[in-house]
Amino acid sequence: MTRIVLVDDHQMFRTGVKAELGDGIEVVGEAGDVDEAVAVIKRTEPDVVLLDVHLPGGGGIEVLRRLQGTVRSRFLALSVSDAAEDVIGVVRGGARGYVTKTISGPELTDAIGRVAEGDAVFSPRLAGFVLDAFAATDAPPVDPELDQITQREREVLRLIARGYAYKEIAKELFISVKTVETHVSSVLRKLQLSNRHELSRWAAARRLV
Amino acid sequence: MPTTGRTCDDRGVNEVATTRLERRTDGRLVAGVASGLAAHLGVDVIIVRAAFVLLMTSVWLGVAAYAAFWVLVPRQVAAEGAAPAARLPTPRDWGQLLAYTAVTAALAVLTWSAGIAQAALWPFVIGGIGAAILWQQADREQRQRWVLPLRHMWLRSVFGLVLVVGGIGGFVVRNVDPSQARSVVIAMLVILTGVAVIATPWVVRLWQDLDAERGERIRSQERAELAAHIHDSVLHTLTLIQRNAHDPREVQRLARSQERTLREWLYQPRNDPDQTFAAAIRRAAGEVEDDHGVPIEIVVVGDSPLDERLGAAIQAAREAMVNAAKYSGAPSVSVYAEVEGDRVEIFVRDRGRGFDLEQVPADRMGVRGSIIGRMERNGGTAKVRTAPGEGTEVRLEIKK
Repeated sequence: MTRIVLVDDHQMFRTGVKAELGDGIEVVGEAGDVDEAVAVIKRTEPDVVLLDVHLPGGGGIEVLRRLQGTVRSRFLALSVSDAAEDVIGVVRGGARGYVTKTISGPELTDAIGRVAEGDAVFSPRLAGFVLDAFAATDAPPVDPELDQITQREREVLRLIARGYAYKEIAKELFISVKTVETHVSSVLRKLQLSNRHELSRWAAARRLV
Repeated sequence: MPTTGRTCDDRGVNEVATTRLERRTDGRLVAGVASGLAAHLGVDVIIVRAAFVLLMTSVWLGVAAYAAFWVLVPRQVAAEGAAPAARLPTPRDWGQLLAYTAVTAALAVLTWSAGIAQAALWPFVIGGIGAAILWQQADREQRQRWVLPLRHMWLRSVFGLVLVVGGIGGFVVRNVDPSQARSVVIAMLVILTGVAVIATPWVVRLWQDLDAERGERIRSQERAELAAHIHDSVLHTLTLIQRNAHDPREVQRLARSQERTLREWLYQPRNDPDQTFAAAIRRAAGEVEDDHGVPIEIVVVGDSPLDERLGAAIQAAREAMVNAAKYSGAPSVSVYAEVEGDRVEIFVRDRGRGFDLEQVPADRMGVRGSIIGRMERNGGTAKVRTAPGEGTEVRLEIKK
């Protein structure tokens, strides 16, 4: 049983998500703003927090900042915004993935399960953002280990952007699903830790519709 | 909303370029009028002070002018973000004030004592300026501040000085001779000053109200524009959704179409669909989505200017999207377009029923003519990967 907390300022959206989530997921708390979210998450210590990017009181990123290092919960960002700066911001703030609010119930259930196990969840759009951001310049990276994605990681990201599920990617590249997950987690780590300033500049300069 | 990675380091330049006219609390002698004016005009404060001194010497015009500025010009508000400690005003320099007063009084006495000819006045005027300059030079720091801007725009400074001195001189010359005329002028000035003092706050308030009113009007215009937009698009769509509540597909199509329009309006994309590849393929996807009611998830990486061959590739991709939306039966279609170096790739994928490429009749123009043929005519390639029950992926590639 995966215990989750829903953080979103729209009551209607929370109700909708709760109705759509599959078996094996238990909603142990809900919150509509930053303060509430911090309190509920500290109290319940859920496995996964579904975190809205736009939230009264500073947004999802503020929740991540305040809880940094205090709970072992993992965060999955949820947003209607396609503004790259918001998405990249919340992922760099510590979220283990990003999905849009138009995601279907089964897909969301699947994504929650993945995050609960410590894997990363990339929507096609997030994959596109990352490819764009890491391709933004020809300048030599400061830290090659963190500032570049490998050819294999690029292939995986491109397949995600093309709408492939992890299982389909594994089949396409003749690798195991676990290896696909490893590649995606590695990209997430680079996305979060790279100091490459192009990344934030790119995100700030660009709003994808 | 957090804005990451933005810096704003060009503020200082702007501040120097356009200093507002305001009374300085920093380094003032009386009310900060002269230093404020000097900062606004970009000249050294001593020039302005000398001008006031000369004006006060000839008639009470200087006093009136100073009073007018005192009333009219707003007091300086502490600069935003400046450290409070740094904003403490320099204490008033009583020595300087005394010097100015002495110079003014002396010149006034000289002018007012009867029998002084205009020729005799000039040396004193010039002498006064000279004395002031010399005295100013004694203060090293202030002299530096004075000389530096003057060196940069000496032509303007000299011109301004000539105008000031000439104007004052002319006024003095006209008023020195007949003693009656002088008292008439003084009386008039006193009355005018009185009227100005009474009327000024009122005028100022009226002007400020006008300003606020104009701001309010602009805001209400913006509100009206927003209301009109929401009415024309969002409310209209919501009505249509209610009327089509029985048809989930139509409801979804309406909602997605509206969402796309609203996003475009909110984020105001800088790219023209007739100019750039990314904007053009997004538009094509949006049109297909609207026409066929199947969501098309599009991700675009990179961009490039649109040309005829890229336009053809987009047409082929559009055809592939239409096929997927119309025949595959899949609930959604994924489109991925990538511009990398001189290579452009477009993938159109669905998880629908798929088909057997060999079984497509030769006369069916869809896949062969509009997709494969079009790409080949333009020097690109098109590959269709499909099998019954396996979904379809069309991969288009073209070199720029």
